[in-house]
Amino acid sequence: MFEIFGIPSTALFGQLLIGLINGSFYALLSLGLAVIFGMLNIINFSHGAQYMMGAFAAYLLLQYSGLGYWPALVVAPILVGITGMIIERLFLRWLYKLDHLYGLLLTFGLALIIEGVARNYYGSAGLPYVLPESLRGGQNLGFMFLPNYRAWVIVASLTICFGTWFVIERTRLGAYLRAATENPALVRAFGINVPRMITLTYGFGVALAAFAGVMAAPIYNVSPQMGSDLIIVVFAVVVIGGMGSILGAIVTGFGLGVIEGLTKVFFPEASNTVIFVIMAIVLLVRPAGLFGRRG
Amino acid sequence: MKRTIGLTALAVMLACGTASAQQVDVKIGVLSDMSSLYSDVGGPGSVVAAKMAIADFAKANPNVKVTLVSGDHQNKPDIGSQMANQWFDVDKVDVIVDVPNSGVALAVSQVAAQKNKVFLVSGAAASDLTGPKCNANTVHWTYDTWMLANGTGTAIVKTGGDTWFFLTADYAFGAALERDTKAAVEKAGGKVLGAVRHPLNTNDFSSFLLQAQASKAKIIGLANAGGDTINAIKQGAEFGIVKGGQKFAGLLVFASDVNALGLQTAQGLTLTETWYWDMNDANRAWTKRWQAERNAPGKFPTMVQAGVYSAVTHYLKAVAALKSAADGKAVVAEMKKLPTDDPLFGKGTVRADGRALHPAYLLEVKAPAESKYPGDFYNLRATIPADEAFRPLKDGNCPLASG
Repeated sequence: MFEIFGIPSTALFGQLLIGLINGSFYALLSLGLAVIFGMLNIINFSHGAQYMMGAFAAYLLLQYSGLGYWPALVVAPILVGITGMIIERLFLRWLYKLDHLYGLLLTFGLALIIEGVARNYYGSAGLPYVLPESLRGGQNLGFMFLPNYRAWVIVASLTICFGTWFVIERTRLGAYLRAATENPALVRAFGINVPRMITLTYGFGVALAAFAGVMAAPIYNVSPQMGSDLIIVVFAVVVIGGMGSILGAIVTGFGLGVIEGLTKVFFPEASNTVIFVIMAIVLLVRPAGLFGRRG
Repeated sequence: MKRTIGLTALAVMLACGTASAQQVDVKIGVLSDMSSLYSDVGGPGSVVAAKMAIADFAKANPNVKVTLVSGDHQNKPDIGSQMANQWFDVDKVDVIVDVPNSGVALAVSQVAAQKNKVFLVSGAAASDLTGPKCNANTVHWTYDTWMLANGTGTAIVKTGGDTWFFLTADYAFGAALERDTKAAVEKAGGKVLGAVRHPLNTNDFSSFLLQAQASKAKIIGLANAGGDTINAIKQGAEFGIVKGGQKFAGLLVFASDVNALGLQTAQGLTLTETWYWDMNDANRAWTKRWQAERNAPGKFPTMVQAGVYSAVTHYLKAVAALKSAADGKAVVAEMKKLPTDDPLFGKGTVRADGRALHPAYLLEVKAPAESKYPGDFYNLRATIPADEAFRPLKDGNCPLASG
């Protein structure tokens, strides 16, 4: 066993893997944000609240209809996605032509309302949600104990991330979507229902947040403020990756997870600031973000 | 006609004037975390507890007129001290109660001393409030870091948990709790192998848990609170901490945290509290009233909220005895002179350094099978008598105690 800066290499491998797993949460959440910003030009500040709604939906489904973790993984994102589509139809569609600031303010306000309602009914301490039976236990990898659930998190997140990337960048549907953001009038002329496509896209982005919420429920505290704790970091990830860049969001999500993980070993006190330091540096050197196109 | 109205008005004014000469006016401010991680520990539940204390007191003492205000300090010391200043100067508040979050409480304590008002601490934990940072205007009621450390730390070392690793929240409270627990563990013959300081409101503890696992310590001491403690224990179960032979010591675990974890995850956890709702009939009756007032039948009050009730009751007794709430130092001196006595914390005293003394209870979280009804959380392991539960006066380095 050799040492790197006084830390045994085996411990360091463990930390790298942990970082990658946390990064997969950042990637899932920033992916949704990037999709929404890239396609709708809306800075979706209620993303954290929608992530929380996903976790709460999982809890409520279990409590009131006996639906366990696996069905919740599908049902909760659909339900929350539908609420997202309602929000888009009622509020967001009036804002596309206005400055980004309006969308940001609206979604921020919605986030406060959603959190406030959740806190009013369920308190702030949190709700219990146990690990699904089939994913308990873990593997001893020699250098660390890897819980089965974390392995599942990383697999699921990678699949969803690259699936989304593939659909948007490599398929015909994705091509329509991208074209609709460039020139909606022209795409409509080809007989494509652009407003409906936009609604569905927002619903999908919100569903991604809810999916991350269900994934988080068994391991993180399910409380009304769980999203607002995370959303600031996720925004930093999106800014570093380049606003609206899907690949940027994914790669930066995983990368920053690893960097944060390493900070937790070498200087744990700074682990919640390191991402913002990186953000400041990236903005100084490449104002459009690592993967952003200069507009 | 006009003249009679004028005369009547004058008479009414005079009557009010003479009435207020006998009547004692008190304004109580509950300053708490209303919207974030400690709002179930204190928060709106503390406001309800204060209301109940005022209602109970008013029955026996109709001449004391109490008004209540409440506010949210958002866990920020600057906002907390700014609000305290405004309450004392502009809104004429006589006493601030609760204040979870030690960082905020230390700031408010200084403001209370400057303005010669009163500060009753229930929510905050740092033992420094009655130690080096003590003052003649602050009374620390419910619990403190020394008492938690001594209760849980000593008990665990005695049952064989003699090597420790700390996960510590990186602010005043975490540092105080780690320091006090370290002292208790070492005094009992245990050893501390290491510690890691995590930022407040950390979401993911897996990295810290791996470090704790690598330390091979028998006990992982959680010198944090609220959501941080819940996340650490929840993820500890996932990482097989307990199965691997290590155990958690929750140094500050509230009933609301146990509820959030669920007994399945929390079972076997040892913790110390000064009040538990299901301890006796008086507590159960009070809990019922609290749930009705709070309109939250499924919630259970924490020791912090019960402490608010108890502290406000004692404060009002002191004010009634003095017939004035104006001089904060005098009220606190009176609180120290009078013995404490209320249905929730029983009989006790307030010491020269501002520490309220009452027994503490070493509790263990029940397994799901043992729990018979909602809120049936704990088995009582031991009762620590009042004179042993808190730090001896001479060890606190409080200037008030030596003088």
